[in-house]
Amino acid sequence: MEFFERFAIPHPSPMIYASMVAIGLVTIAIIVGISYFKKWGYLWNEWLTTTDHKRIGIMYIISALLMLFRGGADAVMMRLQTAVPENTFLDAQHYNEVFTTHGVVMIFFMAMAFIIGLMNYIIPLQIGARDVAFPRLNALSFWLYFAGAMLFNISFVIGGSPDAGWTNYYPLASTDFSTSVGVNYYNWALQISGIGTLMSGINFITTIIKMRAPGMTLMKMPMFVWSALITNIIIVFAFPVLTIALLMGTFDRQFGTFFFASENGGMDMMWANLFWIWGHPEVYILILPAFGIYSQIIATFSERNLYGYTSMVVSMVAISLLSFLVWVHHFFTMGHDAMTNSIFSITTMAIAVPTGIKIFNWLLTMWKGKIRFTTPMLYSIAFIPLFTIGGVTGVMLAIASADYQYHNTMFLVAHFHNVIIPGVVFAMIAGLIYWWPKMFGFMLNEKIGKWAFWFIVVGFCFSFFPMYITGLDGQARRMYTYSEATGFGPLSMLSFFGASLLAAGFAIIVYNIYYSFRNAPRNIGDDPWNARSLEWATHNPVPEYNFAVTPEVVSSEALWDAKKRGHNLFKDKIEKIHMPNNTGWPIIMAGLFFVFGFSFVFFIWAGVILSGLAILGCMAYRSFEKDDGRYISVEEIKETEDKFGGANE
Amino acid sequence: MKRKWTLLAFIFTIVTVLTGCEPLLVLDPKGPQAATTANVIWISIITMAVIVIVVIVMLTNMLLKYRASKQPDDYEPPHIKGNPIVEGIIVGVPILIVAFLSVVSVISTYQVEATPEGYEDQEPLVIYASSSNWKWHFSYPEQDIETVNYLFLPTNQAIEFRLYSHGTISSFWIPQLAGQKYAMADMVNTLHVVADVPGEYIGRNANFNGEGFAENKFNVTAMPQEEFDQWVDDIQATAEPITEEIFDELIEPGHLGQMTFTGTHLDFAPAPEGENGGHNHGSPADSDEDNSEQEQETGYNESDHHNH
Repeated sequence: MEFFERFAIPHPSPMIYASMVAIGLVTIAIIVGISYFKKWGYLWNEWLTTTDHKRIGIMYIISALLMLFRGGADAVMMRLQTAVPENTFLDAQHYNEVFTTHGVVMIFFMAMAFIIGLMNYIIPLQIGARDVAFPRLNALSFWLYFAGAMLFNISFVIGGSPDAGWTNYYPLASTDFSTSVGVNYYNWALQISGIGTLMSGINFITTIIKMRAPGMTLMKMPMFVWSALITNIIIVFAFPVLTIALLMGTFDRQFGTFFFASENGGMDMMWANLFWIWGHPEVYILILPAFGIYSQIIATFSERNLYGYTSMVVSMVAISLLSFLVWVHHFFTMGHDAMTNSIFSITTMAIAVPTGIKIFNWLLTMWKGKIRFTTPMLYSIAFIPLFTIGGVTGVMLAIASADYQYHNTMFLVAHFHNVIIPGVVFAMIAGLIYWWPKMFGFMLNEKIGKWAFWFIVVGFCFSFFPMYITGLDGQARRMYTYSEATGFGPLSMLSFFGASLLAAGFAIIVYNIYYSFRNAPRNIGDDPWNARSLEWATHNPVPEYNFAVTPEVVSSEALWDAKKRGHNLFKDKIEKIHMPNNTGWPIIMAGLFFVFGFSFVFFIWAGVILSGLAILGCMAYRSFEKDDGRYISVEEIKETEDKFGGANE
Repeated sequence: MKRKWTLLAFIFTIVTVLTGCEPLLVLDPKGPQAATTANVIWISIITMAVIVIVVIVMLTNMLLKYRASKQPDDYEPPHIKGNPIVEGIIVGVPILIVAFLSVVSVISTYQVEATPEGYEDQEPLVIYASSSNWKWHFSYPEQDIETVNYLFLPTNQAIEFRLYSHGTISSFWIPQLAGQKYAMADMVNTLHVVADVPGEYIGRNANFNGEGFAENKFNVTAMPQEEFDQWVDDIQATAEPITEEIFDELIEPGHLGQMTFTGTHLDFAPAPEGENGGHNHGSPADSDEDNSEQEQETGYNESDHHNH
């Protein structure tokens, strides 16, 4: 019996049992549904084994949306619990698990997946490539991310969720203080998906450096490509630090080492340092692609070229360098001397300069433009003032002496949501709506989209602005409850109200997808937004081979030049196109990683050894496998192009 | 547009009504350190408000002037590459603002990390504040007393808190007196505090440390020196001495009310400083007995040092 006891949840509640039942029923429903409609073959051949960057991108985005709802449900539970003083909806332990999973899910499995998903779909199209450099590795990246996400998500029904905060500080995260297997899940889920992210980073750097269309020099790349390039360079430098830190944490928790212990020569501060040496660049891994998306959208809907292209690029490079020099500002209060804190205070504030350049460049892109208020543009417009507020509160937090008062309070919570939601989440939604016709060949309904926008923007303001005030009033973050005497009640209620509006806004987006899928016209042509960059030079939805003929490019706004100055983007004749084959190995290997991680979490050594050997076996097999890909014939391409009206011929 | 302004006015009203009654703790300082941080916060809020207003005014201007509905149908926006003067301004002005705030940051950081101005000549009162899940233990080595979950302070007296933890990382924070600082198991951090107004203040652990975190708080009473001395004398006369057995029970995870003892736990369970520090890798043969002996020595030295 002892063996099975480890799988029990340490703090069960009716809600968790209900979730177990719900997960079970949904799984059965999905399996029955797919079997009933006989879709297993389609699913396996077209999606699960695909190496097409577009399908992988869509799978990333679907997973990210699922995780958005998981993390969003956590968020609403937290706001509900703290809406009134002395609430008993959640107990302390449950609340701790909820905010821990909220943070981890939103950062690692929602935001990261969303940006990698959009990069997957858009980057090859924007540089005129047929796929990423390593399509098969790309599939493995996705499936490793997915395995990690699923491993993390089963924790709350098998064995217990992590409960030491998403920052997972030791010694709280050590076995002395966090006794369930929760933090083991944290270590292994992030480890597995982190390997996937690192591979994505290498893949995209190679793709962008090596596979650009003829004529596209570095300084003629669309801004989203630049942002993706820099982001992936940051990924390659930052993620190995997390990998090692997680491994050391695993050793501490599972093999009795003392890396992060406060005795025997260990150092709890080392975890904080390693975590944030990865963690601060991570912030820019999330925000830079968002900047790239806004740059595309604002230029498109102002019908103007992006103002200050060169300074945009230079400022992103500056941000990427500075992002590695500021990590100490996450723990000014850890007891460094005034000199250390002063230095990191100044480097932190310095980031405001390149970020400011970008804000003003976007404003100047609208200058003398012809602004169309489409839904993606509304998000971009709301982003500018809201992100500015988030940015300036960041500068306030960067002042070390004042940070002693903001640190660990709701003021900090308000600040980072104020940069992440208008910065990253708005960009993801805006990008999704903007590129939706590219992916699916129809537009999302603008009227419903604008309703969702207003719910989300107003909901955001109500959710997070009150936190600035309660933070300055001494409300620490991560408290599951507070007494009435503190006076946090009314503002926390307001915050819950805002969270409800946000939830409603996201529900409207889902409804919009359903509504538009049913009702939207399919004859939207290739360029429904009157856009500027290369991805709009091919069809909607994009055919498997992206471009029938490799485009030749003369500027960062290839399509706009083609439209306005009559450049011919496609000069060559149609030739047969070399494409990668589908393969089932990535999903199988990720499944083995899942078993490996799960076994490790629970100390099931037989499972660890067997799945570990099987993973090595997969890699060995791959080394000897011969797969030269396949060709799409000229006739087949012509047939497809004719279906779209033969625009490229 | 009108709807937006109505909404903003509505938010503004709610915020003022909700907060108008009492000043926010952090902005209602009762000592020089908190006054410094409050001033810095106000300076930064005002500077930053200027930036936010400039951005919002520029944005509103662009949106009103250059919206498609205001332009003729055949208007084609020009291709504008960039302009060195404009780019000079959008780089230069932020640099000036950041430089100004950097100076503010450096000066104020050095201020809050030192004994407050005007108190440098005083011998500081040393209080060890150590946290255990989920309590605070306050040891007054000079007075030779110890309290749990409450703190009495003499006003207008430089106080040097020595912070450490018996387990998880916690953060010692009395918002109205000074900013917070971490208490950790393997080292001692110092926090300089002066209370210049008598009164009762809220103190808490601000750093998440597990299940009992929300209730991990303590009361602070600042009082004139004579009252403080009186309080110390009362405790010396009435309270029980703290022993190793009692203390071991106290630091077990859980919650306790307020408690008072004579003596301090530093005598038998020394703070992680000097040769007891977590990063003192000197002699591998260190046993617990050795540690406590060394600690006693340190404890005595400490009190000698502060004898008036």
